[in-house]
Amino acid sequence: MSDTATTTGRPPSVYVPSAEALATVLAPGERPPRPGALSASLTFGWRAMLKIKHVPEQLFDVTAFPIIMVLMFTYLFGGALADSPRDYLQFFLPGIMVTSVVMITMYTGVGLNNDIEKGVFDRIRTLPVWRPAALVGMIFGDVLRYVLAALVILGVGLALGFRPGGGPVGVLAGIGLLVVFSFAFSWVWTFFGLVLRSEKSVMGVSMMVLFPLTFLSNVFVDPATMPGWLQAFVKANPVTHLVAAVRAAMAGSTDATNTLWLLLWSAGFVVVFGTLTMYRYNRR
Amino acid sequence: MGNRNTGPAVEADGLVRSFGSTRALDGLDLQVPAGTVYGLLGPNGAGKTTAVRVLATLLRPDGGRARVFGHDVVTEADAVRARVSLTGQYASLDEDLTGAENLVLLGRLLGLGRPAARQRADRLLAAFGLTEAAGRQVKKYSGGMRRRIDIAASILNTPDLLFLDEPTTGLDPRSRNQVWEIIRAVVAHGTTVLLTTQYLDEADQLAGRIAVVDHGRVIAEGTPGELKSSVGSGTVHVRLRDAGERPRAEQVLRAALGVPVQPAADPVVLTARVGEDGTDLEAGEQAARALGELARAGIVVDDFSLGQPSLDEVFLALTDHPAVTDERDDELEAAR
Repeated sequence: MSDTATTTGRPPSVYVPSAEALATVLAPGERPPRPGALSASLTFGWRAMLKIKHVPEQLFDVTAFPIIMVLMFTYLFGGALADSPRDYLQFFLPGIMVTSVVMITMYTGVGLNNDIEKGVFDRIRTLPVWRPAALVGMIFGDVLRYVLAALVILGVGLALGFRPGGGPVGVLAGIGLLVVFSFAFSWVWTFFGLVLRSEKSVMGVSMMVLFPLTFLSNVFVDPATMPGWLQAFVKANPVTHLVAAVRAAMAGSTDATNTLWLLLWSAGFVVVFGTLTMYRYNRR
Repeated sequence: MGNRNTGPAVEADGLVRSFGSTRALDGLDLQVPAGTVYGLLGPNGAGKTTAVRVLATLLRPDGGRARVFGHDVVTEADAVRARVSLTGQYASLDEDLTGAENLVLLGRLLGLGRPAARQRADRLLAAFGLTEAAGRQVKKYSGGMRRRIDIAASILNTPDLLFLDEPTTGLDPRSRNQVWEIIRAVVAHGTTVLLTTQYLDEADQLAGRIAVVDHGRVIAEGTPGELKSSVGSGTVHVRLRDAGERPRAEQVLRAALGVPVQPAADPVVLTARVGEDGTDLEAGEQAARALGELARAGIVVDDFSLGQPSLDEVFLALTDHPAVTDERDDELEAAR
């Protein structure tokens, strides 16, 4: 039974099912009580962690992509929009952090769609657990990715000269708000992940939603320079509220109005898209 | 087993399910007695997979109703889920994770504590000959190993009803036999098995009763013996030395057997169904007589055999159309 055989993908020895061995696992045992909602969700979150362990390449989008975004826009716009890239960064970093993290929320939908394609979802959907657990757990795993992306961007920002006035507490509060919003916004993608047929169409729709949402906001420039009709959109855009709240937190103050709006939007996303998602999930 | 197997495991009345303009289920009725292996036999696209998905609470029927151990699959889906397990046609495990991780994960989701889930996973891996592969990602498993880990995952909670959707399709003969042995052990321990298959011999080997499904409904039901005798007990295959002799051989055979003789696609082969309303013995006698007549007529025969009717022949007899594969299942997949 040498290990060399395993490298060819063939079992090293022929399996002969034995009635005795099977009997030990087939004897009907006590059925344990079903796990609670949180426990089941955390178990699905653990699955997401295991997937990262086995396929670490999937972290590319939360590491390399945000770094590129920060460098690109800081040096592209910095000289033109502020006195120097370093000055621009003080205004821009919270915004690009929000943009990058909100953009990667779409991978929740892509991942879900992928799961459905592969058939593992059939087994998950026949388990007698709290129904939203699989999706909540999946988003828990994604939240970790959001935190990672935010920290990568923060690191790049600090290296380039970003000096937040709110210190560590303010920065953490800002990242906290961003994670709350991203968790809520992920439910938009679980819905599309269930409704749309392929990974490609999920990506297509997400680009159509994400580009206007992130660019038509206060991320890159002051909305006062925009035409009135555009200002109206920017003002209503949840990303604008989020960026304003995160900027304030990182600068060491609080923007109560925008923070409230952002929390209302988050609750709205969970209620509306969470409900739509579960409706689709149960009725496929 | 106590009371876990009283009453029928599955009762379905007039199940209907459409995908677009395709009626995948068109009034399917089913009665599956508890504690047995029940076979759903039919070609691709017959509606077998759709039936299993409805019964496993994965799809809602458009019409009709179904109960599993007395629980309605739509209104009491959770009670059904607590008692069934499904091994689908496609790997129903996370291929990125190792075999052991998949089993521990499922154990945790079924309510086992971490140490208990680990222990259960280890025992299952050992019983299914997968201990050495425990730490390998499932996507690196061979076809047979994948099936085994899939079935291991399905019996993790010792379900009362196990759905196996074409468990041996695409497996080599040895892996197929392993799966058959496992299925026999599972049913011997009191779990009801609902098995879909395209192969008559598989249903014959395993199932106590069989329902033949075509175009979304059951067209015949019974024990394997009943089904086979309804379509004749056997098929005679004759391979001639010389293709030019085929017309004459056809005449001789028709006279000797008294049944229609079909020329096969191969120009030297003829087939005929025998024992239509009789026993195997008569079929054997008929075949022997036919062979004698061929020899007397001076026709050289290279190969002569009497075999079980194939699924194709069962279908031909039951529906007057061959068991064509119309790729409907693939369309259904796309329509999901």
